[in-house]
Amino acid sequence: MKMIEAIIKPFKLEDVKEALAAIGVEGMTVSEVKGFGRQKGHTEIYRGSEYTVDFLPKIKLEIVVTDAQVEAALKAVAAAAHTGKIGDGKLFVFPIEQAVRIRTAERDDQAI
Amino acid sequence: MITFGFCPRLIAGLFVAVLALNVTTVAGADTLQEPTIEQRLTDLEAYVNNEARTEDVAGKINGAGPGHNAWMMTAAALVLFMTLPGLALFYGGLVRKRNVLSVLAQCLGITGLVTILWWAVGYSFVFAPGNAILGGFKFAFLQEVGSQPNPDYAGWVSQNVFAMFQMMFAIITPALIVGAVAERMKYAAVLLFVALWMLVVYFPLAHMVWGADGLMNGVWNSAARIKSIDFAGGTVVHMSSGWSALLLCLIVGKRLGFGKVIMAPHSMVLCMIGTGMLWVGWYGFNAGSALAADGVAANAFMTTTLAAAVASVAWAGAEWILRGKPSVLGFCSGVVAGLVVVTPACGFITANGAIIIGLLAGFVSFCACWKLKAALGYDDALDTFGVHAVGGTLGALLTGLLATTEANANLAINLKEIVGRTLWVHQLAAIGITLALALIGTVAIAYLVKFTVGLRPSAEEEMQGLDLVDHGEAGYLLD
Repeated sequence: MKMIEAIIKPFKLEDVKEALAAIGVEGMTVSEVKGFGRQKGHTEIYRGSEYTVDFLPKIKLEIVVTDAQVEAALKAVAAAAHTGKIGDGKLFVFPIEQAVRIRTAERDDQAI
Repeated sequence: MITFGFCPRLIAGLFVAVLALNVTTVAGADTLQEPTIEQRLTDLEAYVNNEARTEDVAGKINGAGPGHNAWMMTAAALVLFMTLPGLALFYGGLVRKRNVLSVLAQCLGITGLVTILWWAVGYSFVFAPGNAILGGFKFAFLQEVGSQPNPDYAGWVSQNVFAMFQMMFAIITPALIVGAVAERMKYAAVLLFVALWMLVVYFPLAHMVWGADGLMNGVWNSAARIKSIDFAGGTVVHMSSGWSALLLCLIVGKRLGFGKVIMAPHSMVLCMIGTGMLWVGWYGFNAGSALAADGVAANAFMTTTLAAAVASVAWAGAEWILRGKPSVLGFCSGVVAGLVVVTPACGFITANGAIIIGLLAGFVSFCACWKLKAALGYDDALDTFGVHAVGGTLGALLTGLLATTEANANLAINLKEIVGRTLWVHQLAAIGITLALALIGTVAIAYLVKFTVGLRPSAEEEMQGLDLVDHGEAGYLLD
């Protein structure tokens, strides 16, 4: 099992969700987050005052998949979240040791 | 068609005949001077046209004229609406989240405080007969201020309504000042400053400009030394608050972290809602300053609308051209700037005058907030100086240049010789006196407060936010 953590542009969430559903990934956790990478921030102007806002709003997805699904899931997310412009985001893959479905007590691959 | 035209005339004729008959009977039976139909009609026309009642004839209208009274009560409520919640939200949206309640509390506290001052001595100091600088004690504690009109000011409006209407102006003026020192002045210091400022600056200034025997009441006081005009408070309200705000923010000092940390508005939505309320309320402020539901009020209503709309587009347009994007805050600031600048002029100018005022208001105030503020480096948190002082001063001057008897016949009473000629010189003199009083008064009071209760919270308290420190509350519990 692996967990894919995807940081994407907020408006790409629906596309990514559909792309994952299409390859059989059935669950995910979504959070609204702020941060910056190479894109850096933007400038806001309020009358005479200019502020550089370093942290941009992004969406973080946490997706747990079986080892067999990892490649397909990475490709699906990358393709769906891609715009080609700076700030598209990043994908990280972590190993998962165990998983339990609380309702049925199913374990590992059966639980995700 | 003929029948339709004829009928009402016939009925009216009969009506008058019957009335005449009655009067003859009464006059025959009673030796008391009973007004004739003609005199009663004159009295009624005086009400409809908002003219002075004839003194030696007792009309049968007892007290204020209902129409004028109804409008002035509405106008008074509209002006209160400008402060609560208009200005409170306009300012409240512009501060950071942790100080939103402090601004609301300042507006609420000032409303209560000024009301009490107004009841005790304020109304009397401004509108009771006195000298050219200050009124007397005749109306202290609102004694003798009842539902009968005071013909010195508004012959068809109850004096208690007039007093409440004028009180709303006294409330919003110091509330404007708090915008400059938002997020960093102790609550007790704000209230003490405002109380003293009303006594030292506002009451004398309002008396000089609007008091029947005031030094600068050019329209109504033939003995006025300075024949300036100010329809709804360009000098009294906006210049006085704006210039005082500048000095107070210099004396209080910059917010901690000014220029280093982000101090962006926490809610442009609240700010925009407040702006809309200010605009609506301003109809009471400007059109209401005619003190009657008459043609002057109607004209002020129109010029107010035009100036606000044009200035809003001018400010946002200037942003769009010079900085790339029209902002919501730009539109909102333009609305307020237009309303500020047209305030002293609204009852004295034509539609075209209002358009000129709108254009200049938007552009000049925009430049003041953009370039002047950056160049001088003061921390006028919510731009009270850039909008109200710059706008109020511009308005006072433009009023002198654009006022015309074509828009307001009252200008011909005492000012026939100078309107359209040298009126602007008198306006400059009024600007000078307003500036001097506001600046000297503010410096004296600010240092008095500084050395008694102190102006600022501790650095730790300021970082924590005034909502918790001064009021024990948080504006938003969910976030």
